[in-house]
Amino acid sequence: MKEDLEEQIEKLKQLLLDKSELLDQSQKEVQLFKEQVIKNEKLASLGMLSAGIAHEIKNPLNFINNFSELSIEFLQEIEDILKGLEKTEAIEDIEAILNDLKYNLDKIQQNGQRVNRIVTSMLLQSRGNNGVFEPTDINQLIKEYVNLAFHGMRASKSPINVKIEFDLSEDIGLIPLKQEDFSRVILNLCNNAFDAMRENNNISQGGNREPVLKISTRKKDNIVIIAVEDNGQGISEDIKDKILQPFFTTKKGTQGTGLGLSISSDIVSAHQGTINIESKEGFFTKFIIKIPVS
Amino acid sequence: MKILIVDDEKDVEMLFRQKFRKELRNNEIQLDFAFSGEEALEVLGSENPPSVVYVFSDINMPGMTGLELLEKIKSKYPNILVSMISAYGDSDNYNKAINSGAKGFFTKPIDFENLKTEISQLIKQKEG
Ligand SMILES: [Mg+2]
Repeated sequence: MKEDLEEQIEKLKQLLLDKSELLDQSQKEVQLFKEQVIKNEKLASLGMLSAGIAHEIKNPLNFINNFSELSIEFLQEIEDILKGLEKTEAIEDIEAILNDLKYNLDKIQQNGQRVNRIVTSMLLQSRGNNGVFEPTDINQLIKEYVNLAFHGMRASKSPINVKIEFDLSEDIGLIPLKQEDFSRVILNLCNNAFDAMRENNNISQGGNREPVLKISTRKKDNIVIIAVEDNGQGISEDIKDKILQPFFTTKKGTQGTGLGLSISSDIVSAHQGTINIESKEGFFTKFIIKIPVS
Repeated sequence: MKILIVDDEKDVEMLFRQKFRKELRNNEIQLDFAFSGEEALEVLGSENPPSVVYVFSDINMPGMTGLELLEKIKSKYPNILVSMISAYGDSDNYNKAINSGAKGFFTKPIDFENLKTEISQLIKQKEG
C-alpha cells in the first residue's frame, strides 16, 4: 500500500518535472519570439527612418548636382572669353587654375550622382512589399534576365567574354514569385558574377581560364533550388558572412553601392527562401537560392 | 510667359535664375518665386486674372503641402498648369498629384533638361 503510494508520488513528481521542463521550454521560446518581434520592430522603424532620410538627402543633392553643373557651364564661358584675348602669362595662369577648378567641379558632380544612385537603391530596398505574387515560369524568367545582365555587361565600359551554361530542370512548372523583385535578384547575382570573373581575369592575366557562368534550377521535395555559379575570384572565408549585409562591398572605388546582395537577400526572404554561398577563393563562387513551394 | 516656382528652400531661386538665364535674358519666360504654399496663393491672388500660366511646386513644405496647393490652384484657377517637383517620387505621391490634376511630376535632383523641354513645348504652343 505504502509502496503503491510512493510509486504514485514518484510518477506525479516525474510528471510535474516534465511539465515544468515544457514550461521552461515554452518560456524560452516566448522570450526568443519577443526578442525577434523587438528586432523586427526596430528594423521596420529603421527602414522607415532611412527611407525618410534618403528622401531628404535628395533635396541638398539637388543643389549640389545642379549648382556644380552650372558652375562648369560658367567656367566654359570664361574659357571661351579668354580664348579671344591675347595670350599673356597672366592669362595662362588663369587658364591653368580654371582647369583645376573644372576638374574639381567634375568630381563634385560625379560624386553627387553617385550619392543619388546609392539613395535611389536605398529607396528601392525600403519600398518592398508592393509586388504581387504571380505564377511564374522561373526558367523563362532566369533566361530572360541572365541575358539582360549579359548584354548590359557587354555594353558597359569593361566588357568581358563569358560562356553561359544553363542547366534548367523541366519539371519545376509555375511557382509564385514577385517577378519584378525576383528578376532583380537574378540581375544582381549575374552582375556580381561578371565582376568577380573580370577581377580574376585581371589577377591571373595569362592564366587563360575562360570565364564561365553556370545557372541551374532543380526541384526537390517542394523546394526550388536556383544556383548561380561563376569561376571568378571567389570570396574569402572571413567576409563570407558579411557579404549579405547592407553597404558591405568589395568593389573598388565608386563601383558598388554595397546594396545589391542585401537587397537580393531581402527579396529571397520575402519569398520565404534562403540564400547560401559556397566559394573557394581563386576558384569559384556559387550562390544557392532555395524557395519552398507547396 | 510667367512661371511661378514654389519651394520652401530659398536656394531654388538662384538655381532657377541661373539655369534659365538665357531664357530670362531673351524674355522668353519670367520667373516668380514663392517659399510656401500660402505665399504662392498670395502671389496668384494679387492679380486678377493672375498672369502666371504655369506653377512648379515642391511637395514637402512646412504649412500647406504642395499637394494641397495643387488642389487649391486647380479649383480656383483651372486654367493654370501645375506640375510637382519633389524628392518623394514614389507612386503614392505621383498618383495623388496626377489624380488632382497635376500636368507633370519631376523628381529631385531636378533634371533641368527635362524641365526645359517641358517649358519650351509650352512656349511653342503659346506662339503657335
Ligand atoms: Mg521641401
